[in-house]
Amino acid sequence: MTDKLLEVIGLRIHFLTDQGDIPAVDEIDLEIEKGEILGIVGESGCGKSVTSLSIMKLVPSPPGKIVEGAIMFKGENLISASERRMREIRGNEIAMIFQEPMTSLNPVYTIGNQMRETIKLHRGYDRKRANQHAIEMLRKVGIPRPEQIINEYPHQLSGGMRQRVMIAMAMSCDPELLIADEPTTALDVTIQAQILDLMRGLNRDHGTAIMIITHDLGVVAELCDRVIVMYAGKVVEQGNVGAILKKPQHPYTKGLIQSIPHWNNQRERLYSIPGNVPSPGEWGTGCRFAPRCEFLMKKCLKQPPELKEVGPAHHSRCWLSS
Amino acid sequence: MAEPFFQVENLKKYFPIKGGFLGREIGVVKAVDDVSFSIQRGETLGLVGESGCGKSTTGRALLRLIEPTAGRICFEGKEITSLPQEEMRKMRRDMQMVFQDPFASLNPRHTVERILEEPFIVHGIGDRKERKKRVGELLDIVGLSAYHGKRYPHQFSGGQRQRIVIARALALNPKLIIADEPVSALDVSIQAQVLNLLQDLQKEFELTYLFIAHDLSVVKHISDRVGVMYLGRLVELAEKEPLYQQPKHPYTQALLSSVPFPDPDYKKERIILKGDVPSPANVPQGCAFHTRCSAVMDQCKIQRPKLKESDPGHFVACHLYDKI
Repeated sequence: MTDKLLEVIGLRIHFLTDQGDIPAVDEIDLEIEKGEILGIVGESGCGKSVTSLSIMKLVPSPPGKIVEGAIMFKGENLISASERRMREIRGNEIAMIFQEPMTSLNPVYTIGNQMRETIKLHRGYDRKRANQHAIEMLRKVGIPRPEQIINEYPHQLSGGMRQRVMIAMAMSCDPELLIADEPTTALDVTIQAQILDLMRGLNRDHGTAIMIITHDLGVVAELCDRVIVMYAGKVVEQGNVGAILKKPQHPYTKGLIQSIPHWNNQRERLYSIPGNVPSPGEWGTGCRFAPRCEFLMKKCLKQPPELKEVGPAHHSRCWLSS
Repeated sequence: MAEPFFQVENLKKYFPIKGGFLGREIGVVKAVDDVSFSIQRGETLGLVGESGCGKSTTGRALLRLIEPTAGRICFEGKEITSLPQEEMRKMRRDMQMVFQDPFASLNPRHTVERILEEPFIVHGIGDRKERKKRVGELLDIVGLSAYHGKRYPHQFSGGQRQRIVIARALALNPKLIIADEPVSALDVSIQAQVLNLLQDLQKEFELTYLFIAHDLSVVKHISDRVGVMYLGRLVELAEKEPLYQQPKHPYTQALLSSVPFPDPDYKKERIILKGDVPSPANVPQGCAFHTRCSAVMDQCKIQRPKLKESDPGHFVACHLYDKI
């Protein structure tokens, strides 16, 4: 059990708005072991991005507020950590990359400037050594001509290159955990394949644990060891990637998998989950998926189901599986 | 053979690059460069490609929302490229467009009823009462209720908004719908609903679709035939099964192999392309793909391959398939 790198226990995050307290994340438990790749899947508004931001303590507060729970990183509770300590952790031990690399890079500084800043701050290198390290990192992520690229500005690079720079920057201090929030969503498939390949390599060669947030089950199948499926601020199912994609237990996971058009077994019509994702604050009592579920029972509307074990290391939050 | 329902010949759209002291033209972006295809009545043609390949520009140029630089577009045997604006406007009753972002395409200050009434007002059809009745029907067709008509776009979810956009496109009983990434802004479960709706509508109203998207699985699902674009050119065009099972063009092969499958046991050979798509302002000489192609030959660097039929109904623009 010492292999646990990160453990999130009973995390609850609310947003204070004009309409009152809106819950975004409701009692999330998750853990990542060293060197593991964990996928977090869910549709917009399910709380997956907020969860990942909270690990870095980047949820803007106000309006965001961590109401309850603990985030244990190597035995240290990050919720009570000081801002100073967080700054040491960010970048050094946990790094994060986002969906749109253009908004994460400063447009008025060169790539080198931004990379050196991180390296100097966290590693204490002087300018020359930081520069060498930055070039080496850029080369590692497959950027051609790193000596020249380092003097260019973000707008001079393509989307795929920018995402590579972000990854190089995130990896420059050898973090133990890389959080990637939809890292390939804004990229074309051929570039996505390159980036996924790169992330797999980092995991293999450096043993970096990766938490990847995505809505694309294809990406999950390619990359992840374990998957957590979120719906309306709750974990509805979790397990190994094979179990989740091959033998999903929760009706939501099943529906999600069936609604993807598949190349090989072409159906005339796609399965579709009726209705819409409820917005936070409209979750009701009982199971949150109940209004859209085809296996709806009376019990589902009254009492929220618990996460139950349905197989080895496979859990589902559904009354059907208990 | 009967005249194709919709035919595009040698469509080109060049955008000038202005620069320098006097704002002279210093270059040209060949967004669409010599694209030809046809669509049969009731068919769905999918158009795929990566960003910047010119698929959206093609869609817009077809309706002359942007004027094509050259080429011929025939709709039901009638050439529309040279029609005066006023007549083109009337033609658009038969040809409608659905865009990607349903929020940007709906006026936030108008109720849904007002939005759906607009096409009738523009084309001077019916009186108030008839229009109202028709709006109710349209909402019903796309799976919304009549009471939704009183609401404003922001009160709807993404999927519902896309339904409204589709209802508006259907208002004047068009024959052809050009859908530009209609589901890419939607969540997976909602995407399936909208795709099903589009298919149902096609059956019910005998619609013809040009479906532009980057998601290869979605395009495979909805299309009969699929065209693949790269840097403003059509590199392959075929029925969907042969195209997905036995792609001929090296670019199509790489593109298809990059799509991640939601099946952890499915192992396939992945072709990872080197580098990025070149800028359309500076398209490589010869075959546009030769800089990234693994099967590149000397000829590819000099001569641009033509789109030729290599198997019946399977067109490919690649020197590998030149008859020796």
